[in-house]
Amino acid sequence: EAFGTSYHHTSLHHTAEMFSCVFLSIVQMEDVIARMQDEKNGIPIRTVKSFLSKIPSVFSGSDIVQWLLKNLCIEDQVEALHLGTLMAAHGYFFPISDHVLTLKDDGTFYRFQTPYFWPSNCWEPENTDYAVYLCKRTMQNKARLELADYEAESLARLQRAFARKWEFIFMQAEAQAKVDKKRDKIERKILDSQERAFWDVHRPVPGCVNTTEVDIKKSSRMKNPHKTRKSVYGLQNDIRSHSPTHTPAPEAKQPTEEELREQIKFGQAQLDRHRLKMSKVAESLLSYTEQYSDYDPFLCTPDPSNPWISDDTTFWEMEASKEPGQTRVRRWGFGINEVLKDPIGREQFLKFLESEFSSENLRFWLAVQELKKRPIREVPTRVQEIWEEFLAPGAPSAINVDSKSYGKTTQNVKDPGRYAFEDAQEHIYKLMKSDSYSRFIRSSAYQELLQAKKKLGGIQDRRTSFEKFTRNVVSGSGPAPSVMAYLTYQTAALVRRSLSGALSHPQTL
Amino acid sequence: MGEMEQLRKEAESLKDEITAARKAVQDLTLQDHVAGTAVVGRVQLKTRKTLRGHLSKIYAVHWGDSKLCVSASQDGKLIVWDSYTTNKVHAIPLKSSWVMTCSYAPSGNMVACGGLDNMCSIYNLKGKDGNVKVMRELAAHTGYLSCCRFLNDNEIITSSGDCTCVLWDIETGSQKTVFAGHLGDCMSLGVAPDFNTFISGACDFTAKLWDIRDGQCRQTFGGHESDINAIGFFPNGNAVITGSDDASCKLYDLRSDQELITYQDSGIMCGVTSLAPSLSGRLILAGYDDFNCNIWDSLKAERVGVLSGHDNRVSCIGVTPDGMACCTGSWDSFLKIWN
Repeated sequence: EAFGTSYHHTSLHHTAEMFSCVFLSIVQMEDVIARMQDEKNGIPIRTVKSFLSKIPSVFSGSDIVQWLLKNLCIEDQVEALHLGTLMAAHGYFFPISDHVLTLKDDGTFYRFQTPYFWPSNCWEPENTDYAVYLCKRTMQNKARLELADYEAESLARLQRAFARKWEFIFMQAEAQAKVDKKRDKIERKILDSQERAFWDVHRPVPGCVNTTEVDIKKSSRMKNPHKTRKSVYGLQNDIRSHSPTHTPAPEAKQPTEEELREQIKFGQAQLDRHRLKMSKVAESLLSYTEQYSDYDPFLCTPDPSNPWISDDTTFWEMEASKEPGQTRVRRWGFGINEVLKDPIGREQFLKFLESEFSSENLRFWLAVQELKKRPIREVPTRVQEIWEEFLAPGAPSAINVDSKSYGKTTQNVKDPGRYAFEDAQEHIYKLMKSDSYSRFIRSSAYQELLQAKKKLGGIQDRRTSFEKFTRNVVSGSGPAPSVMAYLTYQTAALVRRSLSGALSHPQTL
Repeated sequence: MGEMEQLRKEAESLKDEITAARKAVQDLTLQDHVAGTAVVGRVQLKTRKTLRGHLSKIYAVHWGDSKLCVSASQDGKLIVWDSYTTNKVHAIPLKSSWVMTCSYAPSGNMVACGGLDNMCSIYNLKGKDGNVKVMRELAAHTGYLSCCRFLNDNEIITSSGDCTCVLWDIETGSQKTVFAGHLGDCMSLGVAPDFNTFISGACDFTAKLWDIRDGQCRQTFGGHESDINAIGFFPNGNAVITGSDDASCKLYDLRSDQELITYQDSGIMCGVTSLAPSLSGRLILAGYDDFNCNIWDSLKAERVGVLSGHDNRVSCIGVTPDGMACCTGSWDSFLKIWN
């Protein structure tokens, strides 16, 4: 083959070492491409007769889609098109009559790219190469090789940029064109199209995605001399900024004695850790997802609606209000963390504990949480205040902490930091979880909230539901117009009556 | 034999013993346990809003609350959006356009960003005169800033291409704790729901769990065959989800100290760039290099939906704290809100 396939194989080894981040997807794709090109089970390639000429070595877009559906675990045509377009965008096969590299599920003709030009060779072609290529195209008197508008623009730009070197570029283009002329006509057609497809990947049509673009986090790691700086056309001259160097890949560093000892220490700690049985873990995951699926808007429609879909922000208004809804209160029953997470939950929990004159634990826990968010200069004072209030001998809100934690905390307070009360807080948290929290959930205060006993703010409720009702009707999810007219009349009457003075006697409504 | 040789042997045998200990608790796999559970039905999310305004690739997005989010783009801007109205609340010009990450403080008072400048810049959104100004520049990393997350208005954790993560005191601008141990660039981090620990994913193909208070690495998880680009906690705080260039996502459990399940498919051939669990954790939304976002049933490891609508790579994704919507950011310069 004109461009030589042997280069492909040797470079693959280098690629593996340097480009693990992009390499894996390329390997997977090239694996599939190789299967596509298999003589027995691949895509049937044929030569098509058209008018006065032959179209060599092609297959249709539909052929590709059908092959993908049959040979890969792909669900449907949409997925096949998506994957096929990805492969086309990377240049593994290309439409013979278009610069835009997408896959169409129809009779459009496609051709395979030669391995020389595959992405695994890590091409980063220079603009000088592109200039030679475009220049060469203008020398060949063939309609199919005419420059597209964006290519003509690029050529003009490159002529300006390389004004001083243009004579050299022109000579290269001439030499290339001469060699090309000597080739067999059919071979030329194929090679020309493959070369064009290569440039469609590296100099895409404006508006098309450039698949050679790399995430800047990865590209900053790739700054190494292993990248293929080889010219596409073998230009050996002063235009090249430097000759390709071949420093061997850095050897994985052998760990030092200190590092080994650290590894062993860490390994020992790992070995000693308690591991929960998989069955328990699986059960816990399953029950968690089941418990929360009612609260997951992607699985269950939220009540009253998802504001993003219905344009009705009631859900958020309810969340912000002081009156917690039933679903929200129910969630507090899932575990102490749910109560502590929700500001209204904390408020209700605190209220309940205060009614029992046992709120010091929760107040301590809240104070320590707040301490952790304070600016560092305020920490020492705050630590002292918390110590005085909850732990010092004779503290007004004395909490009961185990002697070990008490001892540690006494020490910590002498050199106060944000985590001075960690041990004490953990102890108190466990206490609350097993004692105060369960009492709260069983309390009548909580149960009442759960039953959603409405306060006597009836009018407010009705007005809100009227608004909701009309919004539903307007959005098309309400009852038929005739029914609506009647109901509107009734509701309007209700509202009028309430406004006219029944506010102090909501029961009359 | 020499002492080094002895140490090497000891380290190796410990590795084997740990592998054995992990195997010892495998009385049942996750797949076995959920065999009787039905797969979640097909999940079809639609684009509800498209946020237009960035002029170049979007690299990061982070929700502040149920409506406000901040995004960072290569056009050198940080934009704070009211996604519900699609209005831009703030458009913050950056000193360096090579930004890779951004974060919204839980209080809503600040945002942070960083990138190739190796710094984490903190911006005060609630300044007295209404202008958004740089409040602090946290500089000490010797590599790019890949990710940052606020713990509160005073503390932020960063991950860097210098292979470390750092806990900073914002007020003093100093490093409080350096978390070293990864052997490759740290690409992403996630903070636990209880704010006591955080996880990091790196180019050494491992994920590590760190204790914020004492700076120790508590656990390390391997198994990926390439860079880990994205990481997040499962909502219960007991499991970790990772996304990698090897085209797969994995779920690791902290209590059984091992991988539970892998999310992959022969039809997916490109790297995972970002991920986010739904509120219940039953769904995992993952963004890929092939411009799509796939939705996985986290327990059954089956794909149950696709978000396609971007014209270039999906680089970042996030689910609102109330679980109502997810936002995808792309190299096509748009953010899309889906549910």
